[in-house]
Amino acid sequence: MSHPILEVQQLNKSFGGVIATDNVDMRVTQGEIHALIGPNGAGKTTLISQLSGLLTPDSGEIIFQGKTITGLPAYEFCRAGLARSFQITSVFQEMSLLDNVAMAVQARSGHSFKFWKNAKKEKLLREPALQYLEQVGLAERCNWLASEVSHGERRQLEIAMALATEPQMLLLDEPMAGMGREESAQLISTLNGLKKDKTLLLVEHDMDAVFALADTITVLVYGRVVASGEPDSIRNNEQVRQAYLGEDDN
Amino acid sequence: MPEATIGKQHTAVKWISIVMITALAVIPFGLYLAGNAFWLDIFTRLVILAIAACGLNLILGLGGLVSFGHAAYIGLGAYAVGIPVYHSTYGGMDAIASYNGFVHLGLAMAVCALFALVTGIISLRTRGVNFIMITMAFGQMMFYAIVSLETYGGDDGLTIDLRSEFPLITLDNPVTLYIVCYLSLLALVFLLHRISHSRFGLILQGAKFNEERMGAIGVNCYRYQLTAFVLSGLICGYAGFLLGNFTTFISPEMMDWTRSGEIMFMVILGGAAALWGPVIGAVIFIVLEFVLSEITIYWHLYFGLLLIFSVLFMRGGVSGALSRWFNSSRSSGTQRQA
Ligand SMILES: Nc1ncnc2c1ncn2[C@@H]1O[C@H](COP(=O)(O)OP(=O)(O)OP(=O)(O)O)[C@@H](O)[C@H]1O
Ligand SMILES: [Mg+2]
Repeated sequence: MSHPILEVQQLNKSFGGVIATDNVDMRVTQGEIHALIGPNGAGKTTLISQLSGLLTPDSGEIIFQGKTITGLPAYEFCRAGLARSFQITSVFQEMSLLDNVAMAVQARSGHSFKFWKNAKKEKLLREPALQYLEQVGLAERCNWLASEVSHGERRQLEIAMALATEPQMLLLDEPMAGMGREESAQLISTLNGLKKDKTLLLVEHDMDAVFALADTITVLVYGRVVASGEPDSIRNNEQVRQAYLGEDDN
Repeated sequence: MPEATIGKQHTAVKWISIVMITALAVIPFGLYLAGNAFWLDIFTRLVILAIAACGLNLILGLGGLVSFGHAAYIGLGAYAVGIPVYHSTYGGMDAIASYNGFVHLGLAMAVCALFALVTGIISLRTRGVNFIMITMAFGQMMFYAIVSLETYGGDDGLTIDLRSEFPLITLDNPVTLYIVCYLSLLALVFLLHRISHSRFGLILQGAKFNEERMGAIGVNCYRYQLTAFVLSGLICGYAGFLLGNFTTFISPEMMDWTRSGEIMFMVILGGAAALWGPVIGAVIFIVLEFVLSEITIYWHLYFGLLLIFSVLFMRGGVSGALSRWFNSSRSSGTQRQA
């Protein structure tokens, strides 16, 4: 138990004068739901982007399952088993939900130098894709275009796509943002269901969701980790209350 | 409703296919038999341009990468006929001197693949305007390279004394040549149809819509885009091979950047990403060139204006407009269902 699946050491990233990631050390334990919280502009998305290979850190190391993956291109992060969802929804708007997820299934099932067979009729791609949609509760919508479904449904599509790459660990950047109560509740239960075999790093502003889900919470303020630990210790941490929870408590 | 739309798109494509396949077979031969041999020439040129436009469409329409140097491949394909023929006639360069069509075709494919591979490796590291500029620069480089080859006429061009020789068919017969071009186009359109629905095609389209997303699901898009770039160059090289055999006079002028612009004009006006879009674009191009050049010497200006118009007001070019019209005329009555 409790060896880290992901270890971040001395990570730094700045944009011009803005230090978005300031000497961040972090350990995520295998199988846990690890929440990353912090006020707007704290550098949560920037950190997630580095952990998914979309941004290259200025210095520091990212070690995933014992392998240093710092500096590799994004697709290598995904292949190593780290998948992300985007804060600003990033799906294929002009494709159906099923096509979206099937693309992700295709991505992990070998190379795509196949020029002749109709991929939209391949059971090998379509059936798993449908299962992932079902897992997030979107199966009946599978033939809708991504641009036609609600914002909340697109967020769920993001998660289905991330799941379809069969990651060991999921990085979810505010998956509940803009969702209604019911949708959020459903997502929380979906995420709880994933807990069995996936490690989750969850960025979330909704404190109820965070305290309902998280095993560990890391608090980021101005790019720096100000506290990290079990939910109760975070709740009672004076520094955190001042810097963050105090203003945002509801 | 989405399923209904997709279904209707299929019917639209089917109808356009039937019309195009029939028209390109019936009209030129009808006119030819009626004694207007001149029309067969126009149609041969049209079909060759359509092949080139389809080639460009692979990278531009499916891949969303605006390459501005594709005339270079047409030129290379044509010179792959001209240079071996020149040497078999006047001696020298024994390694490639030949009248054999397979040698010409093989040479065209090899040279185009190499040129596409080398320039693609570099160009595909850029996107957007930079990609346009760098592909154009490589195209112009090849243009000047050919201009500097005094042996093959340089600026003045080169006459191809004998057409590529193949067993059983003679390209000297204009009807045979047209049939070869026509069948090539059909085969190509079918191939592109398959590709666009294949795993490879889906990756290309995915990268066009959202390259960042493709990376996040673990796809290295570069390899696929490079492959598409090379395939696209090969197709244009094949068009050049046919063009050389058709005109029997070739010059660097056919690889000038304005020529690349014309092919792009066909793809965009006809409808990038639509199966028959580039072919429709080639038809429009030929018709306009014919009509406008009668009226004014500034016909290129009108091309430009038309292109701007279609980009601004006609999403998906003429085929986009056609299939929208097709859909709306059929769907009046069927209502939107969830
Ligand atoms: N590409 C960029 N270029 C310049 N500055 C950036 C860039 N991305 C982020 N920043 C800056 O880095 C800081 C951290 O931003 P980031 O988006 O990571 O915060 P966040 O914690 O995700 O905030 P939010 O809760 O609003 O999503 C901010 O000050 C932001 O302005
Ligand atoms: Mg953010």
